[in-house]
Amino acid sequence: MTQFFTQAVLTATIASGIALATPFLLASLGETIGQRSGVINLGLDGIMLLSAFTSYYVALSTGNLGLAALAGVGVGFVMGVATAFISVTLKAEQGISGIGVYLFGLGLSDLLFVKLVGTPLPIASLPPFRIPLLADVPILGPMFFQQTVIVYFAFLLVPVVTFVLNRTTYGMKIKAAGENPAAADSLGVSVARIRWSAVLIGCSLAGLAGTSLLLYDGIFQQNLTQSEGFIAVALVYFGAWTAVGVMGGSLLYGLVAAVVLAWKALGIIPLSASDLAATAPAVLTVLALLWVGRRFRQPAVLGKPYERGE
Amino acid sequence: MAARPRGPHGVTGAGAAGASRADWRLLLFSWAALPAALVAALLVGAVMMAAFGANPIYGYQALVQGAFGSSYALGTTAVKAAPLLLVAVGICIAFRANVFNIGGEGQIAMGGLASAAMALAFGNLPSVVLIPLVLLAGAAGGAVWGAIPGAFKAYFNVNEILSTIMLNLVAVQLMNYLLAGPMVDRSAFSTGGLIPETKLLSPNSWLPIIVPGTQLHLGVPLAVLVAIAVYLLLWRTSFGFRIRAVGLSVPAATYAGMPVKRTVTLAMTLSGAMCGLAGALLVFGSLSHRLVTDGSLTGFTGSAGFNGIVVALFGGLNPLYAIVSAFLFGGLVVGGNSLQVATGVPPDLVTTLIGLAVVFIVSLEYLRRRARSRALALAQSVPVKAPGAPPAAGAPPAAGDPPATLVDGGSA
Repeated sequence: MTQFFTQAVLTATIASGIALATPFLLASLGETIGQRSGVINLGLDGIMLLSAFTSYYVALSTGNLGLAALAGVGVGFVMGVATAFISVTLKAEQGISGIGVYLFGLGLSDLLFVKLVGTPLPIASLPPFRIPLLADVPILGPMFFQQTVIVYFAFLLVPVVTFVLNRTTYGMKIKAAGENPAAADSLGVSVARIRWSAVLIGCSLAGLAGTSLLLYDGIFQQNLTQSEGFIAVALVYFGAWTAVGVMGGSLLYGLVAAVVLAWKALGIIPLSASDLAATAPAVLTVLALLWVGRRFRQPAVLGKPYERGE
Repeated sequence: MAARPRGPHGVTGAGAAGASRADWRLLLFSWAALPAALVAALLVGAVMMAAFGANPIYGYQALVQGAFGSSYALGTTAVKAAPLLLVAVGICIAFRANVFNIGGEGQIAMGGLASAAMALAFGNLPSVVLIPLVLLAGAAGGAVWGAIPGAFKAYFNVNEILSTIMLNLVAVQLMNYLLAGPMVDRSAFSTGGLIPETKLLSPNSWLPIIVPGTQLHLGVPLAVLVAIAVYLLLWRTSFGFRIRAVGLSVPAATYAGMPVKRTVTLAMTLSGAMCGLAGALLVFGSLSHRLVTDGSLTGFTGSAGFNGIVVALFGGLNPLYAIVSAFLFGGLVVGGNSLQVATGVPPDLVTTLIGLAVVFIVSLEYLRRRARSRALALAQSVPVKAPGAPPAAGAPPAAGDPPATLVDGGSA
């Protein structure tokens, strides 16, 4: 255990924990916006898979990681159009349509992978971006300021989302659509348009989450996400529908995963028990849900399509 | 309350009786929506096959041939369908109580683990004792994994979608832990096999083949019997009535003095037990007669926990219709392999198409609801407006109706 509590190991563990938290954070921030507007998107995992594959394919064939990220976000957006059309325009049962989108993404991403790529080849990794000055601060520098661009972007989104939701007209409209769509409608707010936009933002961020996961792993494989998209949905509840809460949940997941990895590498816990230790975040999340279920209230019409005149 | 099975989505007598003008539309949406969704998904699949340079007609021919073309193929399809049917039956129970169980994957895994552990511990018992024992162990394992989210929803207002997802993750890690340590087959490692699996389970625990020359084992008729039993439970017993009443309206059930919380918990427990039984079938009806995984849940379940939801939906959330629907989807899964052999398109195509079919059904559902409320409006000649009612509640709830809203996040 002593070899874990050295400065170098701890610093590296926290740094990798932050990197591991990033896909969760991006996906769950997007889902927070969508859920605040009243739409629950269970297809997140499928969207992440499709984006991750697209990014992989673009990176493999062009070698351009920027283009790969753009393609990932683009696929997320397109899936967002589909999701919004199904959930908002066609007023489908969101829990079930989400499972459909998930299975679609799970199947199609692997189908395309097998047909278009076949043998998995690693892609170039995204180089860390050292923030001038800050990166050289001892201990804190290697932890926080030698990460990739996507990591900075994800964490900068937290205050942005908080501000937009609480301090802008658009944010108020989103919350109104999720709490009392009839009242919003009576004031001339188009509930459908607000929900469409919230879903599009959410799915685009899910696309970026898939890309960030891919760039972290450097290679695509079947079911790359391993249900991370579903966890991201749970983290929204865990974070009680706030950007800061969601960040806390994502960091918890990332850090526990990093600690388990480090312990495994150092031989502190046997290889087999690491599987048991890896259940910790899920168990913690369930326990947290017990608490959230009593203390916080979800958006009043979450998952319910809005129909005029009811 | 009538107890007949109704249309896939429950055509109400009131709607069909009155307005003849809207009748056809009502019937069309009720009975044609599901096949239409499937056909639409298959058409998209044909386009995808063509895009990959494969001949779609040839591909689908191979799929049908591989799934239903011979007695051996039919047996294999039935074997694939049995766990799907059990999961679907479990999903029906939960959905009828308005609980959205997407923890099928985890419940299957726990059922598989519990039953395999039973067979490892008591392998010497004779078949007559051991087979019922392992099946019960499987059901018990799944039941525990279903009871937890059920109780959490009922007593602590925890959204069941999230708790079941989380328990799926816990289950896969538990499975990996047990299959890497306590339950692993040491000899397989010595021979170089690195797949996490139990050792060959006692032949006394194998589900006997009932049609020689095929894979058709005892689990298939068992699953059908369970489906019939659950249908009777839901529509012929007071417990089943309570489940459906709670699913249709919690306030009404409370007002009627029903134990709502206990009913929700029991419904999820039963739902989990069905999935756990499916897990046992996957172990003891497999060709390898071991519990094998590739380190992911899907590696053991083959996504049965999710596909079972689709089967239940296609069966109109009715266990009897689910029997047909499970056979169809079992065929799709089995035929996917023949499709790959014939055209080189990987079986993932089937997963993709199942996903599309789900999306199409729920999208058509809105059109169906609209057609139905119009038909009712014509029939009753009064505007259909129930203040505060969910969108689907255009009519007094009938016995065959699915709950108005299936996902009612944490409001038990």
